[in-house]
Amino acid sequence: MSTAPVTVRLCTLRLGEFCFGVDVARVREVIRFQDLTPVPLAPPAVAGLMNLRGEIVTALDLRALLGHPPRGQDAPPAINVIVHIDGGVLSLLVDGIGDVADVAEASLEASPPTLQGIARELVPGTYALPDQLLLLLDVDRAAGLVAAGSV
Amino acid sequence: MSEMDEIVHEFLLESREGLDHFERDLLALEHAPQSPELLASVFRVLHTVKGTAGLLGFTELERVAHVAESLLGTLRDGGMTFTTEIAGILLATGDAIGGMLTAIEDTDSEGDTDHGELVATLTRLQNSPETAERLPEKGPGAAPVPRLGEILVDRGLITPEDAAEALDEQQRGDPRHIGEILVEQGVVAPQDVVEALATQQDVRGATVAESSIRVDVGLLDELMNLVGELVLVRNRIVELAGGPREIDLAAAAQRLNHLTGELHDRVAKTRMQPVNLLWGKFPRLVRDLAAACGKQVRLDIAGADTELDRSILEAIRDPLTHLVRNAVDHGLEPVDERVAAGKPTEGRVSLRAFHESGQVHIEIADDGRGIDPDTLRAAAVRRGLMNADSAAALSEREALHLIFAAGLSTAKELTNVSGRGVGMDVVRVNVERIGGAVDVRTERGRGTVFTVTIPLTLAIVPALVVVSGGQRYVIPQAAVGELVRLGDTQQRGIEWVHDSPTYRLRGRLIPVLDLSDVLGNDRATPEATAQGTSLVVLQADGGRFGLVVDGVEDIQDIVVKPLGRQLRGISVYAGATIMGNGQVALILDVAGVAQQASAVSANGEERPSLDEDSEVTAGAQGESLLLVALADARRAAIPLAAVSRLETVSGAAVEQSAIGWVMQSRGGVVPLVDLSAPLGAGRLVGVENGDLHVIVVHGPGGRRIGLVVSDVIDVAEQPGPLEDADQRPGLAGVTVIDGRVTDVVALDGLLAVTAPAAMPVVEEEVA
Repeated sequence: MSTAPVTVRLCTLRLGEFCFGVDVARVREVIRFQDLTPVPLAPPAVAGLMNLRGEIVTALDLRALLGHPPRGQDAPPAINVIVHIDGGVLSLLVDGIGDVADVAEASLEASPPTLQGIARELVPGTYALPDQLLLLLDVDRAAGLVAAGSV
Repeated sequence: MSEMDEIVHEFLLESREGLDHFERDLLALEHAPQSPELLASVFRVLHTVKGTAGLLGFTELERVAHVAESLLGTLRDGGMTFTTEIAGILLATGDAIGGMLTAIEDTDSEGDTDHGELVATLTRLQNSPETAERLPEKGPGAAPVPRLGEILVDRGLITPEDAAEALDEQQRGDPRHIGEILVEQGVVAPQDVVEALATQQDVRGATVAESSIRVDVGLLDELMNLVGELVLVRNRIVELAGGPREIDLAAAAQRLNHLTGELHDRVAKTRMQPVNLLWGKFPRLVRDLAAACGKQVRLDIAGADTELDRSILEAIRDPLTHLVRNAVDHGLEPVDERVAAGKPTEGRVSLRAFHESGQVHIEIADDGRGIDPDTLRAAAVRRGLMNADSAAALSEREALHLIFAAGLSTAKELTNVSGRGVGMDVVRVNVERIGGAVDVRTERGRGTVFTVTIPLTLAIVPALVVVSGGQRYVIPQAAVGELVRLGDTQQRGIEWVHDSPTYRLRGRLIPVLDLSDVLGNDRATPEATAQGTSLVVLQADGGRFGLVVDGVEDIQDIVVKPLGRQLRGISVYAGATIMGNGQVALILDVAGVAQQASAVSANGEERPSLDEDSEVTAGAQGESLLLVALADARRAAIPLAAVSRLETVSGAAVEQSAIGWVMQSRGGVVPLVDLSAPLGAGRLVGVENGDLHVIVVHGPGGRRIGLVVSDVIDVAEQPGPLEDADQRPGLAGVTVIDGRVTDVVALDGLLAVTAPAAMPVVEEEVA
C-alpha cells in the first residue's frame, strides 16, 4: 500500500494582490481591527499594541514588514490574524482572509526570483493554486526579525 | 506523571526539605554540640533518605546516607563528641546528597560522581573517635531547650526509668518521636504529651505555623494573574459607574471596589515568603567564606520571618549575597588588625529585615573598618569619573555613594572570594530595577551598614499617568520625585545652556528632557518645548532630571504586564498596562529614558564646567543672560552659560581671608566678588546683613568664583547688540531689558580686575 501524500492546511491571507499562506494550526483567531497604541522607537513594522480580552498583543503591519506601500486612506480597515509564535502570540495586520487551502506538502516550489530582500527571507516557498500563487509565510522568522530590530 | 515519577518527585521534595533542616541543624550543633534534639533530628533526615533511596533503587545515595547515618548514630549515643571536623564532613555529605538529588531530577539517575573519598572519611571518623578535637560549647547562641522526657518527668507524669527506656528504644533504631513511644507504651496520656510539646515549642520560639499546606507555585501565580485581571475590570467598572444617576450601580461598584481590594491583599499575601528563604543559606556561606579568608565571623540574623513577594525575593538574592560576601571579605579586618584596634577577634556581620512605611528594609551591617570617603574620591578621579575639584566638592554622603558608581573598585585586590564583575554597581542596578534603593552609612574604624529598601510587591504598582503627543504613558510612582507646573508664558523656568534645556529646581540646575523628543517625535526646539506644560522630576541612577510632558493626569494602581519578546529590547519601556478605558498604555522605564538621551550628568545636578579654552563671550543678540539686581537699584546681566549654580547666604556667613571675601560651600572655600563694586554700584558685602545671593560661576581655569548680588531676577535674552561695548574691563556693554538699563558683564575681564588672587597661579622660578 502506498503512503498517502501529506496534506498541509493553510489559511490564506490577502495583502494587496498577493496571497500568503499560514498553517491553520498556527492561527488562533481572526478578529476585526482593534484600536492600537503606537509604540514609538519600535521598528516600523510594529503597528502598535492592542488589548485582546485583557491580553496585550503586539500587532505587525504585514505591508510594512514586506516593504509594500501602506494602505490607502480610504481602504477598509485591516483585519487582525492572531498567530501563535514561540513565547506567545502576535497579530498580523492584513487586508483580508480567504478560504482555507489544502495543499500537498510535496508541491512546495521555490519562491520566484522576483521576490527580493526581506520578502525573500520570509517566504520559504510557494504553492501553485488553481487561480493564484500562494506564498508561504514564515511567521517565526518575521517575529525574529522584528525582535532583532531589522524591520 | 506516571505513578513512579510521582513517588520520585515526592521523594525529591521531601529530601530537599530534609537537607535544609540538616544543614541548619548542623550549623546549630557547632554552637551546641551536646544537643540530643539536634543530633536526633540530623540522624532522622539521613535515616529517611537512606530508607527511601534504597526502596527506589538509588544505591549510591543509600550508601552515602548509610555511612553518614552510622556516624551520627555513634554521635547520638554519646560515643563521640561533635567537632568542627565532623561538622565539615557532614556538611560535605549534605552537599553530595544534594548533588545526587539534582542528578536524579535532571537525568533520573544518581549521576556518576565518585563518593569513595567521602565514604572513606566518614568511616575513618567513626572508627577513631579520639582523633577529633573537642568543640567548646559556645555562648548564649543556643538556648537550652528542655527535652520532652525531662518535661514529662518534671511534671510527675512519667518516671525517669520510663524516659530512659523510651530513649533506648529510639537508639535501637526506632525512628519515632519520644512522645509517640511513651504513649504507645501506655505510660502517659496523649494529652499530656501534646501539652509538653507545646511548652517545648514555646521555649524554642518556633514561628512556623503547624497548620499549613504545600501549594504548587504555578497555581499561586495563576491566582495572582486572575486577581490582576480583576483589578483591571474593577477599575473599568468604577470608571463606568461614575455617573450620578445609577445609584444602585454606584453602590455595587463601591462594594466591588472594596472586595477586590481585600482579595488582592490576601492573594498578594500568599505570594509572600519569609526572607529567611534567602538567608537560610547565609550561615553556611559566611562560615565557608570566613574560613577561606582566615577570619572569624559571627552572623547575627534578625527579622528572618519578614515577608516579601516571591518575585522580589528572587531579584534581590544576588545583591544580598554580594553585600554579605563584601562585608566578610572587605568590610571586616583581618584578625591581627582587629586585635591591634582593640576589637574582639570575632567579627560580626548582622542581617536585619523589617517592614516600614510600606517597604521592606534589609540592613547588612559589619563592625569592620568602615569606608573611607577619600579612598573613593581618589578612585573616582583615577578612573576618570570626575576631576579632582568635583571629587573634592562632593559631600561626605555623595562621596560614599561613589561606591555604587560603575567602574569603581577600591579593593586592594579583586579577591576570588568577592568575584569579578559583580560589583556594588550591579547591586544598585538590580535593586533599583525592582523599584528599590540602596544606601550606605559608615563610621571609620567602627563599621558599615548597607540598607536595601524594596517595595512590597511588583505586580501592581501605583503610577503617574502623563500625556505626550496625544498618547498616555505611565511612570511608576517610585521614580517620581515631584511635579512642577511650568509657567504659561515664555516657558519660565526652562533655561537653555549650550542648546540643552535645564531647569532651576530650588537653586539647583537639573537637566531636562522632553518626552516627545525621547520618543523620537523630534520636538526639542525652544518653541516646541514651550508647549509642554508640566515637568516631572524623576530620579534615576543617583541623579535627578526633569521630563517635560504635555499633561499630567492622575496616579493610578496599574497592573504591570511584560511586553512581548519583540519589544522587550527597547530600553525606554518597562512594560505595558491596560487603562480603565481599555486602552493599552506603555510604562516608561526611567533609567532607560535617561540613558536614551544621556541626560543625567556624572555629578547629577550640575552642568560640567566649560572647556578651559572656550571664552565666555557676552554680546551676541539672543544670548541667554541671567538678570540680577545690584546695590543702588542697579541692574546687571551675566551670561547664563557661565553659571554653575545659585546659592543664598546670610551676610554673616561671608568671611574675610587673605584672598579677600570668601564663603564656605560644599566643603570648600569659594572666593567672592562683590559685583556691585567694580560696576560702580556701591557695595553689598560688608554692608548688607540680610541674605545675599551668590551666583557661582566657572572662572578661568575651572575655579569656582561667587558673584555677590542683591537679588536674582530672571533669565532673559539679549535683545539687541550691546551699546558702549568694551569700554571698561569687566563690562561687555550696556543693554536695555524690561525697560531698565542693564550692564552686561564680561566675566574674564571682570575677574582679572577684581579677583586676581583667584586666578590661576603662574609658575615662577624662585631664584
